[in-house]
Amino acid sequence: MGDHKPTGISRWLFTTNHKDIGTMYLVFSFIMFLIGGAMAMVIRAELFQPGLQFVEPNFFNQMTTLHGLIMVFGAVMPATVGLANWLIPMMIGAPDMALPRMNNWSFWILPAAFILLLSSLFMEGGAPNFGWTFYAPLSTTYGPPSTDFFIFGVHLMGISSIMGAINVIVTVFNMRAPGMTLMKMPLFVWTWLITAFLLVMVMPVLAGAVTMMLTDRHFGTSFFDAAGGGDPVMFQHIFWFFGHPEVYIMILPAFGIASAIIPTFARKKLFGYSSMVYATASIAFLSFIVWAHHMFTVGMPVKGELFFMIATMLIAVPTGVKVFNWVATMWQGSITYETPMLYAIAFVILFTIGGFSGVMLALTPVDWQYHDTYFVVAHFHYVLFPGAIFGTMAAVYYWMPKWTGRMYDEKLAKVHFWLSIVFVNLTFFPMHFSGLAGMQRRVPDYNIMFSDFNMWSSIGAFGLGLTQFLFLWILVKTCMLKKGEKATDQVWEGAEGLEFNQLPSPAPYHSFSTPPKVD
Amino acid sequence: MSEQTNTEYEKYYVPEQSKLPFIGSIGLFFTALGAGKTIQGEDFIGIPGGLVLTFGILVLIFMLSTWWAATIRESMSGLYSAQMSRSFRQGMLWFITSEVMFFAAFFGALFYVRILVMEWLGGSSNNAATHEFLWPEFIPNWPMEKTPGGETTTGMGAWGLPAINTAILLFSSFTLTIAHHALVEKNRATLIQFTAITAALGVIFMGLQIWEYIHAYTEMGLTLGSGIYGSTFFMLTGFHGLHVTVGTIFLIILTIRCAKGHFTPQDHFAYEAGAWYWHFVDVVWVFLFIFVYIL
Repeated sequence: MGDHKPTGISRWLFTTNHKDIGTMYLVFSFIMFLIGGAMAMVIRAELFQPGLQFVEPNFFNQMTTLHGLIMVFGAVMPATVGLANWLIPMMIGAPDMALPRMNNWSFWILPAAFILLLSSLFMEGGAPNFGWTFYAPLSTTYGPPSTDFFIFGVHLMGISSIMGAINVIVTVFNMRAPGMTLMKMPLFVWTWLITAFLLVMVMPVLAGAVTMMLTDRHFGTSFFDAAGGGDPVMFQHIFWFFGHPEVYIMILPAFGIASAIIPTFARKKLFGYSSMVYATASIAFLSFIVWAHHMFTVGMPVKGELFFMIATMLIAVPTGVKVFNWVATMWQGSITYETPMLYAIAFVILFTIGGFSGVMLALTPVDWQYHDTYFVVAHFHYVLFPGAIFGTMAAVYYWMPKWTGRMYDEKLAKVHFWLSIVFVNLTFFPMHFSGLAGMQRRVPDYNIMFSDFNMWSSIGAFGLGLTQFLFLWILVKTCMLKKGEKATDQVWEGAEGLEFNQLPSPAPYHSFSTPPKVD
Repeated sequence: MSEQTNTEYEKYYVPEQSKLPFIGSIGLFFTALGAGKTIQGEDFIGIPGGLVLTFGILVLIFMLSTWWAATIRESMSGLYSAQMSRSFRQGMLWFITSEVMFFAAFFGALFYVRILVMEWLGGSSNNAATHEFLWPEFIPNWPMEKTPGGETTTGMGAWGLPAINTAILLFSSFTLTIAHHALVEKNRATLIQFTAITAALGVIFMGLQIWEYIHAYTEMGLTLGSGIYGSTFFMLTGFHGLHVTVGTIFLIILTIRCAKGHFTPQDHFAYEAGAWYWHFVDVVWVFLFIFVYIL
């Protein structure tokens, strides 16, 4: 088979190629990252000082809601799906994803879904304003008319995610090259396989939740209405049954990325490969039985609170195994600090901070104090920004030479890294303090005692936002202007795996039309 | 790269470019947009919401039928390897898993309401004040014939139509299995007959289900709006009915394909997928019958 590429716009619209689809996912994700980031800037501008400066409270709520939804469903998830598309076939020695046409469909549903969601900004009554968790009755009885488009948008995202996940599972189970046994698979493939299981299990539950919302809003059902015998708290249970596995859906692929990058630059084999696999599986299993730790203050029976507290703290065990394994991999390695490694190390340290604040939040009596404060905002931004997003950035720097055949500008990339890490901490670290002091999330105004912390957070956020344009420039320079020295086939001195050992850089349009032999 | 002797891995059919996925996304977009506009009774640039919705659904139907026709053509012309058909099989199983989880959300709501909410609204645990001050008249029982807000309705009994429907669906699983065995044993006449009988049973089931709904709405005062009992009843049986409809269409197409001489004893993925789907719908019904109707 020749290495012919179709040309023009139809190459992208009608493609069945996993690399093209991966690229589209990544580009889409970056666009959403900038849009969601712009909304974060609006939020931080308003919070720069106490009092109301720039926006109406209702618009502020729309910004927090859309920022969350766009970052979760539009930026982080599609970014990891894009990486999965690019990498999984190359890593397991497959010619493509198992179901290539469905693969393209699951991508093209996303723009449709987000056009619907974003168009709600221009509708009468404004965009959804009830937070990304869309609790009933805020979203049922009191939701603006645009809520219906949000609901159908979520349905579309769900269809896309489920198809994408099924594709990954089938590809991993059925398309591995001979000799590539399950326990030889790179950890990125493992973590994505487990992520895909989570997606298949919980996205339909989310679809069920929004369907109940829809019928409560328009067809007279009483799922979340106590007067009809339902219960608004039930919405929270159903939502978080989806929502908690969802946070692992966002972070597990980043675990896999760290597990690929750290051994390369430490020039050692990954410490405790099989324990990494089992730890990932345990985290995924536990994620199904901890959901109510998001709702400790809602008035659950004490037995329930105890169960969810203990189950939640258990997650720290397999997560700890992973962190120790990464550290042990670096131990006595001959480490060099190229940009992907810097991001991976930052990921390990800062994700762990987010993990620790998570254990604090898991303690029921303590959570009664922290609930819905900026401490929670600090916690989940530490696991998402320096966690999931740094993980994605690490992956982009690490595999970009393999994708494009060119090295990125290492100097600029290091600047990007150092600015990012300074600003990310400047943005989110003070939130721990304002939260502990009692500042509530999702409110546009605050007591003047929180002024300093908020000013620092806002300065950090603006810096962090601007820094990402440097990232954009680095990407444009490497991928579109084709500047930068040629990458070798192995790219990195210590890199292992089929994509580095068996394929040239850039990887051909159709890699592995005959499967490689894996010993 | 080393020589490959394992013929199974020799070629994996990666289809050429296809317009269908993109068309499908356009269809989904207009379906969602139209559904939203219809619900709100609004226009989209002057076109009534219902029309947009219909357009979206038609595009989707066109796209899906073209897509499946293409896969049937590819399958019949021998492009698919054993590995390919394993991909389809596994994909179908995971699709059914996701469907199971969709129903799990609604069953979860049913259990949560019956086990916890009923008692709480009745004032148990720390909810005495809720009961005392908000709805002192409310008596928790199931079927909830009077909501806290005062809506009344009647519970649907299990041993009339629903029991007959249960028998029909269980019997249809049986006839489908006979047909599947006939396929493996190359008994084409039995295959066609029993697949057709299964599809017919699906149609009869749906007919009875519609009759039950009409009865509920017109005579029993049981509607979607009759509190949480009506909500769970109609959403669970309704989504099940939707799946029976899809399954029946699937079976009708399989009957036609059997009559055209498609499927071999070794290679009949579509038939298996249809059979799995039908059994899944059947199992969901058994749970429905137990938890919605009997208990």
